[in-house]
Amino acid sequence: MSEIKTFTVSIYTENNIGLLNRISAIFQRRKINIESLNTSMSEIEGVSRFVIVINVTEEQIKKIIGQLEKQVEVIKAFYHTDEQTIFLETCLFKIKSDLLFEERQIQNIIKESNAQIVTVNKEFFVLEKAGRRSEIELLYRELSAFGIMQFVRSGRIAVTKDEMKISTMLAEFAE
Amino acid sequence: METQTIKLQATDSQATERITGKEAIIRCLLAEGVDTIYGYPGGAIMPVYDELYKYQDQINHILTRHEQGATHAAQGYARVSGRVGVAIATSGPGATNLITGIADAQIDSTPMVCITGQVASHLLGSDAFQETDIIGISTPVTKWNCQVTKASEIPEVIAKAFYIARSGRPGPVLIDITKDAQFEEFDFKYKKCTAIRSYKPVPQLNLDEVAAAAKIINAAKKPLIVWGQGVILGKAEEEFKNVVEKSGIPAAWTILGASAIPTDHPLNVGMVGMHGNYAPNMLTNECDVLIAIGMRFDDRVTGDLNTYAKQAQVIHFEIDPAEVNKNVTADVAVLGNSKESLAALLPLLEEKSHTEWHQRFKDMYTIEYDKIINDDIHPTKEGLTMGEVLEGINTVTKGEAVIVSDVGQHQMIACRYAKFNKSKSNITSGGLGTMGFALPAAIGAQMGAPDRPVVAIIGDGGYQMTIQELGTIFQTKVPVKIVVLNNDFLGMVRQWQQLFFDRRYASTEMVNPDFVAIAKGYFIDAQKVTKREELAGAIETMLASDGPYFLEVKVEKEDNVFPMIPSGASVSDIRLE
Ligand SMILES: Cc1ncc(C[n+]2csc(CCOP(=O)(O)OP(=O)(O)O)c2C)c(N)n1
Repeated sequence: MSEIKTFTVSIYTENNIGLLNRISAIFQRRKINIESLNTSMSEIEGVSRFVIVINVTEEQIKKIIGQLEKQVEVIKAFYHTDEQTIFLETCLFKIKSDLLFEERQIQNIIKESNAQIVTVNKEFFVLEKAGRRSEIELLYRELSAFGIMQFVRSGRIAVTKDEMKISTMLAEFAE
Repeated sequence: METQTIKLQATDSQATERITGKEAIIRCLLAEGVDTIYGYPGGAIMPVYDELYKYQDQINHILTRHEQGATHAAQGYARVSGRVGVAIATSGPGATNLITGIADAQIDSTPMVCITGQVASHLLGSDAFQETDIIGISTPVTKWNCQVTKASEIPEVIAKAFYIARSGRPGPVLIDITKDAQFEEFDFKYKKCTAIRSYKPVPQLNLDEVAAAAKIINAAKKPLIVWGQGVILGKAEEEFKNVVEKSGIPAAWTILGASAIPTDHPLNVGMVGMHGNYAPNMLTNECDVLIAIGMRFDDRVTGDLNTYAKQAQVIHFEIDPAEVNKNVTADVAVLGNSKESLAALLPLLEEKSHTEWHQRFKDMYTIEYDKIINDDIHPTKEGLTMGEVLEGINTVTKGEAVIVSDVGQHQMIACRYAKFNKSKSNITSGGLGTMGFALPAAIGAQMGAPDRPVVAIIGDGGYQMTIQELGTIFQTKVPVKIVVLNNDFLGMVRQWQQLFFDRRYASTEMVNPDFVAIAKGYFIDAQKVTKREELAGAIETMLASDGPYFLEVKVEKEDNVFPMIPSGASVSDIRLE
């Protein structure tokens, strides 16, 4: 019970200004570091979804979910372990164009890693890669040998293997 | 004829009308039934004040002497009346001065709507004169908050604010309205809020849980009820009393639960917590079933959680799902409004009397009485005690008064010894422990319960934190009775220094002014008592007076409040000396 694990928290909310503040304050008060955070629209019109990754115990996460759902504008919050979700992060690398043509090995790395070239121009090219953190980190290590001009990685996004009952819940409200 | 009256009473205005934002604010407040507002003007809220001038025959605005006073007054009003308290302030310093009262209302679940003015929307984020990010500042201490930059948003936001403040587990809400939105004209229409998609104020009652709770309660040999403010907030006093009487279970209260059933009720076994009564604290660690009703297992109540009621099965009746299993794990949790859940529980309960178990409480009360209570309320030593002042007040008010207490030793004494016959009679800052609460809260309490005597019990320290509200009392003539128990010390801190810091009284001794002269300076009748013979007469004079009254009682300088559970200790380590 008290083992620290990685949890993905999904929070369905109204799309209102200031809510991020309220949500992050819940983690801040309990001195929990947010490993990654992503917010976007969801499958339901007018409903936003936060995906937050934290490392805590199951006991802690249950209490946090209670605090999250207590917020007026939070419709529902869920938590899942890695095994229960399909998740990935995505990243962009900006690299000097010369390297693409001069270093054979880079082309191999790109192919093997299943990364995509997003754009190429005279000065640089941009590589996009989506996947598990470890895959992205591997690619980063491999490319850094040649020099990376810019790198950015997104927060985790995830969907659950099981259904989330959020749509039925919202439908009930509409009745 | 009937439709006629309904029309007149209807608060929702269906037809639209072109008015300004500032007028809309007042109209919305009227539609929500607001009759009293506590506040303080300033640049960014001046349009609203201008409108208040026009509506002064419909809304009573009380000019407190500090915005903190406005929030505490609104809290006092809300706590005795069960209605939403309203406070308004200007931007910047006006808004930040509200924060203590908002935080206090949040932790004590008090319904309150605060409205702040804000700089014009084109100036937002520019560090304009008197601009502060009050939404950011108030976020962690409000149930909900919202900034309004367009007049057209005002009705919906205010409707939501009142709905959120008073529904479910109540709490404070803050609305920040830019100055341009106050001036802007729009088509006004008001519709009360009755539902918000993302907000479920009261969880659905689960009858299986009620049945499971009843089964455990019926099988219990040594059950104990601990009730909190949830009984009062749920307006469940009657249902609660029926449950207690039918089940015959000894019932103890948290500080905010006080007065939900009368002090002298035979099944009322006193207060739990740090300075609570001996029996309910000790027997918490002996009961076989602990039934928590509308309380949240605050650390001042539980002491060390590792040793708290470990032997007991715990049943938790609670409206806020986030409170269940937060501090104490419940074997059965009954989510819902206490009024509904207790009504559902009652028919399932067996009639019992638990005579032997009650005897344990009585025996322990006798020990506490002989060791502490008797000396507190019938002292033989020369110096006056806080306890005898409370006993004197009880004698005259006969348990009918609203007792508003500040924070410190006098608060614990007030809560331990004040007699309550009616619900909503104990107004104090429980969760935040805010010194300076009582004087302004008493103003609001008196306005919320104009027909009841309101007595504020305050220490010499806390009194001086909001002493300026004497001005509000003088101006409004609100007939509150103010009792300052003066020990020339920050007594509660001094007690801790004595017990846990080798009597090093660092900065707790107070050299006090002539309090009577100050009260008289505000044209408030006042007197000071230093001798026991004068006490009873002075209390009588105070309570017989028509207007506000100030009574200073010089009490023993270094008295301590016992029993006491040292912080972090187990409830059964409660000390009698
Ligand atoms: C705003 C605030 N500041 C500090 C404290 C810490 N504190 C708790 S009790 C107390 C002493 C109160 O002294 P007084 O008002 O004289 O009452 P007494 O304990 O003597 O009855 C203090 C300083 C507090 N509760 N609130």
